[in-house]
Amino acid sequence: MTLKENMIAIEGLTKDFDSFRAVDNVSFNVEKGEVLGFLGPNGAGKSTTMKMLTGYLPISGGTASICGKDVTQYPLEVKSKIGYLPEGAPLYGDMTTIGFLDFIAEVRGLSGSDKQAKVDLSIKKLQLESVMNQPIETLSKGFKRRVGFAQAILHDPDILILDEPTDGLDPNQKYQVRELIKEMARDKAIIISTHILEEVEAVCSRAVIIAAGSIVFDDTPEKLKAKSTNGSLDQVFRELTHH
Amino acid sequence: MHNCLAIIKREVGAYFSTPLAYVFIVIFLALSGALTFFMGAFFERGQADLNSFFSFHPWLYLFLIPAISMRLWAEERKTGTVELLLTLPISTWVIVVGKFLAAWIFIAIALGLTFPLWLTVNYLGDPDNGVIVASYLGSFIMAGSYLAIGSCISATTRNQVIAFILTAVLCFLFLMSGVELVQSFFQGWAPSFMTEALASMSFLTHFNTIVRGVIDLRDIVFFSSIIGVFLYINTAVIHLTRGS
Repeated sequence: MTLKENMIAIEGLTKDFDSFRAVDNVSFNVEKGEVLGFLGPNGAGKSTTMKMLTGYLPISGGTASICGKDVTQYPLEVKSKIGYLPEGAPLYGDMTTIGFLDFIAEVRGLSGSDKQAKVDLSIKKLQLESVMNQPIETLSKGFKRRVGFAQAILHDPDILILDEPTDGLDPNQKYQVRELIKEMARDKAIIISTHILEEVEAVCSRAVIIAAGSIVFDDTPEKLKAKSTNGSLDQVFRELTHH
Repeated sequence: MHNCLAIIKREVGAYFSTPLAYVFIVIFLALSGALTFFMGAFFERGQADLNSFFSFHPWLYLFLIPAISMRLWAEERKTGTVELLLTLPISTWVIVVGKFLAAWIFIAIALGLTFPLWLTVNYLGDPDNGVIVASYLGSFIMAGSYLAIGSCISATTRNQVIAFILTAVLCFLFLMSGVELVQSFFQGWAPSFMTEALASMSFLTHFNTIVRGVIDLRDIVFFSSIIGVFLYINTAVIHLTRGS
């Protein structure tokens, strides 16, 4: 395994909030072409880990690097390589879909025909044509989520970090988003956090389960399923994360 | 710099996407007009100047600027968009400056729309336009100081009402620190260097010299430093409060 393949490298990552340790000594690597499903109960530290990777939260201990660049040392370079969908997909409600995507493209340093092409492509990929000129606050939850997704893939990033990307979508939209993730997986490294265990089977090449801040499982979804006595992922999940 | 422009564009757009901007401009124009003509006795004074207009600006800004600045960061923190913003490849201080400039541009538009008053005074008499230009500049840069304080306070909370009140209180302290009432409270016991330092921090003192038509470098430096210091604190506050 060369350094170049490890697009995301986390070593002993730790996060303390005052006296509470939210993430405790987490280590894993993600290679190009991998889709890592990040699982765990609420409050296990999934979002916190993602927030540290994307440079939103400062790291308390350990290191994280993206494409060989340390997250703390080179924040801007790292952020330009990541597409990030934060939990709940926060968006500027007062802007129109197209206005918002243009804004994101401009902050990411795109301009002219290049910007136009990239914005158009992400609108097409997420099928947002019908709501292009609508204020985001008037959109349905599904559309909002897709605008958030469009924003994350707009600059064709090497790394995608998606915090519960299919939360609040109907089954058709979930299917669409999963297809999109699979399609993009070839030349990117992707981390998705989810509560939906079937999603891991459907799109992920690897599953990492985190409980109370520590990793309790890191292998393929098939291996995870094999651990179960009755073939149900829910049951393994409960066993691994139960205290 | 291109991404700072993107921030400015978005923020100015955000002001005008709601009726708030128009309401603010109308209130500002109506109040400044009413104060000039009724309380400032513009006609009765019989002077061809805009003193009765500018002398109310420190008091007008006390309530109107916090209304402009309160949403700058508090809204982002409340809706969670601050996470989106801070994970884009752009430095925090660039965002702080961009947001500040956008709000300042908005004030400039409101201030610029008071031009009929300037036309009126030129029609009625022969004012010293140099003094008027200096006063406009002084008023604008003082508004910037109020704004920087407001932006900084806005970053400390997710509640816009709290941001409004705290900003008004802090600006009031800066405004009043040179006034006799406040000074006499301290003069009894505080050492003179403290009362002098306090007096030199007063917006009112610095603004009044500019309105008299004296553009003293010290006053410009004072207001610029206030802007610089509070935007610096603003950036630090955002770093400290992210994720909470």
